[in-house]
Amino acid sequence: MANYKEIIATYKDKPGGIIEAFHAIQKEFNYIPEEALREAAKAFGLSEAEAFGVATFYSYFSVKKRGKYIIRVCTSAPCMVAGGDKLLEALENYLGIKLGETTADGRFTLEATECVGQCQGTPVITINGKPIPEVTPERIPEILSSYK
Amino acid sequence: MSVTRSEVAKAYEKLQTQAKKKVESLKEKPLVTVGTATCGRASGALEIFNLFQEEIKKNGLDVNVMEVGCMGHCYAEPLVTIYKPGFPSLCYGSVDEGKAQRLINDYLINDDPCFEFAMAALEPNDFFPTFADYPRGVYEYKIVMELCGLINPEDIDHYIAHDGYAALVKVLNMDPDDVIEEIKNSKLRGRGGAGFPTGIKWELCRKAPGSPKYVICNADEGDPGAFMDRALLESNPHQMLEGLIIAAYAVGASQGYIYVRAEYPLAVTRLQTALDQARSKGLLGDSILGSDFSFDVKIFQGSGAFVCGEETALIASIEGKPGIPSHRPPYPATQGLHGKPTLINNVKTLSYVPHIIRKGAEWFKSIGTPESPGTAVFALAGKVKNTGLAEVPMGTTIRDLIFYVGDGIRDEKKFKAVQIGGPSGGCLPESALDLPIDFDSLQEAGAMMGSGGLVVLDEDDCMVEIARFFLDFTQKESCGKCTFCRLGTKQMLEILTDITKGKGNPEDIDLLWELAEDVKAGSLCGLGKTAPNPVLTTIRYFRDEYEAHVNEGRCPALMCKDLIMYYIIPEKCSKLCDVCIGSCPTEAIYTRPDMLKAIDQEKCVKCNSCLVACPPQYKAVIKISPPRPVEEGEMKQDE
Repeated sequence: MANYKEIIATYKDKPGGIIEAFHAIQKEFNYIPEEALREAAKAFGLSEAEAFGVATFYSYFSVKKRGKYIIRVCTSAPCMVAGGDKLLEALENYLGIKLGETTADGRFTLEATECVGQCQGTPVITINGKPIPEVTPERIPEILSSYK
Repeated sequence: MSVTRSEVAKAYEKLQTQAKKKVESLKEKPLVTVGTATCGRASGALEIFNLFQEEIKKNGLDVNVMEVGCMGHCYAEPLVTIYKPGFPSLCYGSVDEGKAQRLINDYLINDDPCFEFAMAALEPNDFFPTFADYPRGVYEYKIVMELCGLINPEDIDHYIAHDGYAALVKVLNMDPDDVIEEIKNSKLRGRGGAGFPTGIKWELCRKAPGSPKYVICNADEGDPGAFMDRALLESNPHQMLEGLIIAAYAVGASQGYIYVRAEYPLAVTRLQTALDQARSKGLLGDSILGSDFSFDVKIFQGSGAFVCGEETALIASIEGKPGIPSHRPPYPATQGLHGKPTLINNVKTLSYVPHIIRKGAEWFKSIGTPESPGTAVFALAGKVKNTGLAEVPMGTTIRDLIFYVGDGIRDEKKFKAVQIGGPSGGCLPESALDLPIDFDSLQEAGAMMGSGGLVVLDEDDCMVEIARFFLDFTQKESCGKCTFCRLGTKQMLEILTDITKGKGNPEDIDLLWELAEDVKAGSLCGLGKTAPNPVLTTIRYFRDEYEAHVNEGRCPALMCKDLIMYYIIPEKCSKLCDVCIGSCPTEAIYTRPDMLKAIDQEKCVKCNSCLVACPPQYKAVIKISPPRPVEEGEMKQDE
């Protein structure tokens, strides 16, 4: 877990580079660790609060450690009228966690997302960015079984 | 300069000759294309693509296989098209492993085109109807979607072979002012939602003092229900890029950005490939096509903040700050990114530009309506049969779009409303179906074109709940800068939530209306100014539903959980079947002494499982609103 310094250094001199650095760090670690936030603040000449403010303004970034697979359930209107609310409940029950939590084995984190632009097949979830359309509560075990 | 000009044309001719040769040679033998935009991938298109490749190799067939983008028929993904010399080019929808195997064995190895599961032919022929022969074909008019699903989005030669970048060549031989004049003449209006005249925006930026200037493509598509920008970028990224380069030339910019959502990874990859290939062909970078115009583009990934679709917030985001909008004026056209003149256009707006330059402003104005010329791309979602994308002339009615292009409502249900324009738009009822869709008519009806998302709602959708979903979205996405948006939407959301829970008061409806008007008037940016629209339109057109909630504690659509109960009609229940018991997660369903099933209302969590599970021949489970004790035999006459 050392190379966040290198990542930050790559973007250091670019205007607006802090967001690009956060993307790169999150890609590597699945979230933005606190020490990386501190380092970024220093590199971009911001206070730690400001760097934290940037990271937490954007819902795509997480400053909380997350599981190996991040399940995001779309909670925008087109998915909700297609049963997205029931799907979310079913996922919570199946995984035994609430929205925003990570399973004890560190495998899954359950998050809500706004529209991911896959409204042709509602309701939609994404797992590590991959969209899966038309998910019903019955399909959950089969879908999650391929994420070990 | 004249030397440079002919050099530019010559350089392009060379590129195009090579490209055409390459693309034509593809169709000398059979060619299989698979739509692998994310809508296709989500339905298993990559697996089908791999299957074709493997089987073709295994059988030693001399057949090309190629990835293409999305044609708009997302409901029929994965979509496969087969071009075989001597046969019409045929599209096949919902191709699974079985169909793919048949196409390989019967059509590629033998000569049976499997008409029984073909969807449509691409060009008129004596054997099979084309897309134009379907009701949908009467309304569709493809400009920006014309090549989507037909060309390989990861190979610039495919775009060039279809006259791609010819508009850029034309522009490089024009005075920038003339380019702007042409766009102004075309009356192209911004397709991001507001409908501001594109040519005037360009002119403002060109005339603004300051250097360097920037152009930005706004691909931060975030409206729930909209996915056309994603499809365009995944299917034909060069079209937008050509428009962006032309815009840069016209306003005098040297650096461009594409602000695209990180939630669209495939669009990001395909854009990156497009930029690399354009650079290697001399269409991007220093002295483009040998001219004295230099311009380059960078991709910037958005990070899940809806408000960044707003111009000033988007700029703040590229500058590395939280995406909080600022007061306008100064407009970005005069003082934008890093304080310099900046032009921001939506993906679709830029995608129209090469067509207008190539075919002329008069051609563009001959399509659509006088005040909103051209076409519009709509995303059909919700309870409509054919979900996907459709490009139709402006002025097409909502009815034609939903019932002919989208083939009507699913499951024989009744149409109730259409939510148009996402969270900034409104819900329009049956009586508004004959409204022509253009920027101005929709605004009059209280909705808005927005990015063109249409969420179709049926009789099972509660309009109060729909308003709540959209407001919940804008409330969460409010950046928090202005009080009206930050607190106003929160208050509105609380009132709406109370209503859906049966805790509303009769005076709440007027209070909501009043608050909505205030939030509209008092907010700084487009997000807050339009956030109340879904609430205002649902009250305007569906006030009776609000009244049923607050006065009777009844949800007419039987959707609001707190206002309904589940009930098993004894006369319909089959004593011998147990599926409802098995489906219930809380053991709320029990068997009565007479063997009929019943629900313990105390234990029921209203998950809907029993209603789904009850076999269709019985249909014994129903929803009742408001919850109340039911007498035995009372429901008998209802059916």
